Amino acid sequence: MADEVVLLDFWPSPFGMRIRITLAEKGIKYEYKEEDLRNKSPLLLQSNPVHKKIPVLIHNGKPICESLIAVQYIEDVWSNRNPLLPSDPYHRAQARFWADYVDKKVYDLGRKIWTSKGEEQEAAKKEFVEALKLLEEQLGDKTYFGGDNFGFVDIALVPFYTWFKAYETFGNFNIESECPKFIAWVKRCLQKESVSKSLPDPHKVYEFVVEIRKRIGIE
Amino acid sequence: MADIKLHGFWYSPFTVKVKLTLELKGIPYENIEEDRLNMSAQVFQYNPVYKRVPVLVHDGKPICESTIIVEYIDQIWPYYPLLPTDSYERALARFWVKYADDMPVPAIGSLAQSSNDEEQEKAIEKIWEHLRVIEDQRFNNNVKKFFGGDTINIVEIAFGPLVRFIKVLEEALEVKVLGDEKFPHLQSWYNNFKDVPVIKENLPDQNKMVAVIKFYREKLLGSS
Repeated sequence: MADEVVLLDFWPSPFGMRIRITLAEKGIKYEYKEEDLRNKSPLLLQSNPVHKKIPVLIHNGKPICESLIAVQYIEDVWSNRNPLLPSDPYHRAQARFWADYVDKKVYDLGRKIWTSKGEEQEAAKKEFVEALKLLEEQLGDKTYFGGDNFGFVDIALVPFYTWFKAYETFGNFNIESECPKFIAWVKRCLQKESVSKSLPDPHKVYEFVVEIRKRIGIE
Repeated sequence: MADIKLHGFWYSPFTVKVKLTLELKGIPYENIEEDRLNMSAQVFQYNPVYKRVPVLVHDGKPICESTIIVEYIDQIWPYYPLLPTDSYERALARFWVKYADDMPVPAIGSLAQSSNDEEQEKAIEKIWEHLRVIEDQRFNNNVKKFFGGDTINIVEIAFGPLVRFIKVLEEALEVKVLGDEKFPHLQSWYNNFKDVPVIKENLPDQNKMVAVIKFYREKLLGSS
């Protein structure tokens, strides 16, 4: 029976990007459906009635919500291709811990940077850089967070790179000068086709953020 | 034999989650009670990122964050499995565990620390919003006794201690949050949950919890 895989997504969403990368890593064919977040489709509302958010992965008609849960689902179902999580329970727990850390820190702090000003923004920038530095420490000398193999934490984190130009411009700072190892890791990830084909151009994301800022009245 | 230590606060729903998991699986462990106002250096060493409990230390290796700890234990000790074997059911279970972690927890925290009526009301309304979702979305379609069918699973472990904590706050702050008619499915599920022998034995005593909440509120706010 052929698998039917649909991804409800929105092109600049780092959460959607995580699933795109995972599907590409596993070589899974799927139908990409772009959602208009100001006019959500009945399919989206029906598939994610609790949060009404993208991304939603739909596998043979069954919806899976929350990006990291969808990534783990794909890993469970297509377990014989390109494992993304360590099999050892301790290392698996560590991978989950750091992916969870990315969820708790990177998105919210990044958002604060492009939506706030003054002291609030400065505080967010400082915390953001600290978070990236902590992640750099975690990476150490490894090629990827997963070690020699690209994995779960790499997938959780790399999409946020597409928002860096926006953070840097509105926050008036340079991430590479603060965290060069981090950017070096990003560049290694971008050499993988599954990543480069799944991530939008950071410049386009920046233009999108400019639009939103106008729309929500931030100047 | 494995060396397992659990650093936690006996009254914290997050520590209770881990304890229930260990107890359900019959895993022997050493319980190390931490003092919130004077945590041991070990906690900071084992959890430098968040500096909080619970922390599970297995053969000297620390695992942090209660949800991650529970999945870790479940992976190593398969007796009394808490995660469904079916991939889709597993994803659904994880969704509801995440919901429990992300949604009601901050509101419950706000209620626990509320210093006036306005803050209390706001926090209670937020909690209601989330309980409503759980009642309608998770329970409405579910006619089984537990999320795991006849046995408890990871979703029970995520929600049960939280519901207990809400009940404790109701008594400590003299407010009504759950009520009996507001969330009938949730209430009836919880009644089944707390009657499971291992749960009954290991949920912290209600009166003791009320006393400790009152104690910490006094310390925090200067009055209960």
